[in-house]
Amino acid sequence: MSKIIEVKNLTKSFKTGDKELVVLNNMSFEIEEGQFFSVTGRSGSGKSTLLYQLGLLDHPNSGEIIINGIKVSALGNEERTKFRLKELGYVFQDYALVPELTAIENAAIPLLMQGFGKKEAYQKAEKALHRAGLTDRLESLPNQLSGGEQQRISIARAIAHDPKIIFADEPTANLDSETANQVMQTFSELNSGGQTIVMVTHESEYARLTRRAIKLGDGVIVADGKPENVI
Amino acid sequence: MQKQKRKIDEFLISFKLGFFLAIRQMRRSNKATTALIIFIMTLTFLNLVVVRGVLIGIIEGSTEIYQKYSTGEVFVSELRQKSYIENSPSMLETIKTLPWVESFSPRYLERGNIEADYKSRIRLTDAPNSVGAIIAGINPVAENNTTDLSSKIIEGKFLSLGDTNYILLGSSLLKKYMPMDSASFTSLRNVKLGDKVRIKVDGNTKELTVKGVIRSKADEVDFRAYVLDSVLRNMIGRTDYNVNEVAIKLKAGANPIVVKDALLNSGIGDRARVQTANEALPKFIIDVKKTFAILGDIIGSIGLVVAAITIFIVIFVNAITRKKFIGIMKGIGISAQAIEISYVFQSLFYAIFGIGVGLLILYGFLVPFINTHPIKFPFSDGILVAKAGATFFRVFLLALATIIAGFIPARIVVKKNTLDSILGR
Ligand SMILES: Nc1ncnc2c1ncn2[C@@H]1O[C@H](COP(=O)(O)OP(=O)(O)OP(=O)(O)O)[C@@H](O)[C@H]1O
Ligand SMILES: [Mg+2]
Repeated sequence: MSKIIEVKNLTKSFKTGDKELVVLNNMSFEIEEGQFFSVTGRSGSGKSTLLYQLGLLDHPNSGEIIINGIKVSALGNEERTKFRLKELGYVFQDYALVPELTAIENAAIPLLMQGFGKKEAYQKAEKALHRAGLTDRLESLPNQLSGGEQQRISIARAIAHDPKIIFADEPTANLDSETANQVMQTFSELNSGGQTIVMVTHESEYARLTRRAIKLGDGVIVADGKPENVI
Repeated sequence: MQKQKRKIDEFLISFKLGFFLAIRQMRRSNKATTALIIFIMTLTFLNLVVVRGVLIGIIEGSTEIYQKYSTGEVFVSELRQKSYIENSPSMLETIKTLPWVESFSPRYLERGNIEADYKSRIRLTDAPNSVGAIIAGINPVAENNTTDLSSKIIEGKFLSLGDTNYILLGSSLLKKYMPMDSASFTSLRNVKLGDKVRIKVDGNTKELTVKGVIRSKADEVDFRAYVLDSVLRNMIGRTDYNVNEVAIKLKAGANPIVVKDALLNSGIGDRARVQTANEALPKFIIDVKKTFAILGDIIGSIGLVVAAITIFIVIFVNAITRKKFIGIMKGIGISAQAIEISYVFQSLFYAIFGIGVGLLILYGFLVPFINTHPIKFPFSDGILVAKAGATFFRVFLLALATIIAGFIPARIVVKKNTLDSILGR
């Protein structure tokens, strides 16, 4: 399988006062296309930080990130935004939906931004919502929907434009276990269809449902492999 | 080329998406807040247009009064060094032949003195009850056709042809209407209709009966006394029929400048001064007019700044409270441009609705209301001047200020680091 993400000597640190906290320390790894990849580790180990670097939401101090053969760590802000729009999808822990937009509108905005006409964007958005498991209440506003339903919209928004990679940061953390399992089920189905997914979770129960896991600790990868071996 | 085309395409997409977002954000925003912002915009717009309009309207009102009751649209008067217009009869003939002239009123003028109570004055050392005034000799019919002066009679009646023993007094000559007294400024006390007054002009005196009192709010009219032209002509021995001024009323739609030029071309300019009503305005009115326009602009500019700040704050608060969602949108690849445009649309929406309501109030209510109920000022009946051109310019200014005031805070928030915005840092 070809590599979709290559990380080389990635370092990210934060300055707090005069102390420097190195969260990711010279980290290198690769993720294959079509992988269902989870990042685990205890709280504060740098899982989210790593995801933000990979998802082009933050700039590393040093090191390289290559996605689909493009050295994305060298891109400027505007190009990063365009890259995120075209190639990446995000699912956040708190759903991060735009409150004034209905379910279908939320899922459609990245498509509208890509230049799709309204009709086509809505069709694609609706299809994505169905795939994410939301078949009705598409005209409802986020605050009229349950957490699980909102997370499905968030997933639909992430997949509607067929991104190369989906990034998800603790997508199940705010959900009850039954809903969380349904969301994981959706991810598994997407992955079966060839979708690359990178998911952060601190719950071993959900890491176990992925195909490859890494565990972070002290800024480095302390374990890498089949989830059941890593946890 | 290619790059430029792509930029335009991107802008169009951002434009459409910005509109899409703005519509939804407004539709689902708090109705009361929206109404309040629109209300503020309406007030600002009215402040911008009405304050200036009233200020100018006060002056415009007095300008109108001068034109209507004193000068007519075109005004011919003696040259500065001369005491009358030479060869007046031939000039009047010329005026009569002009096709645009509706009517005209030639006037004889002479400075004189009006005295009342001269019979009951016991000692010569007592201060006489008298006033200095310009005595105007008029043809009452021509005058009334030209200036409708009889409509400004507030006591008694207007002069008729043949009223050789009567006089009309301007209200400013009477203490009753001009309660001011100083060594340099006197007025007649206790003069009633039917009282006899003695006028002294050019060494000649004549006893006349007060037939009416006139008040137009134009000083030029109210500080004069009016007698028949023949009466004054005899008193000052103006046997050549040379007059001092002519007020000319034009037919509807005639251009005063054209008429003025026609008069000048006929050679009248050598013997008389020819002015349009605007040129003939007393200097103080021209000065006040300028001052008020500046004042109106200053007040309007302040209003504009206040409106801009209001919109700025509204959009800033809105954008700051939505910082997280702005971050998320940027995170999922929505361009900064689209988000900024969505805020520009919102502020434009406030401006358009605010201005729309303002225009409705302005032209639907204020202008017609003030036209029928003028604001009473000592020197004019103030109207609300809101000419379409000036109003449109202010609409444009306000809309522009709003767009800028909406764009800047949106840009400030949009420029913030995406991840920080998402995480609420
Ligand atoms: N902007 C920042 N400034 C300073 N320190 C930061 C910043 N962001 C993260 N950190 C620190 O980096 C470390 C890693 O944070 P991160 O959020 O990546 O952890 P995490 O593994 O996602 O934890 P959790 O499971 O609680 O979400 C933490 O110690 C955190 O305090
Ligand atoms: Mg985290």
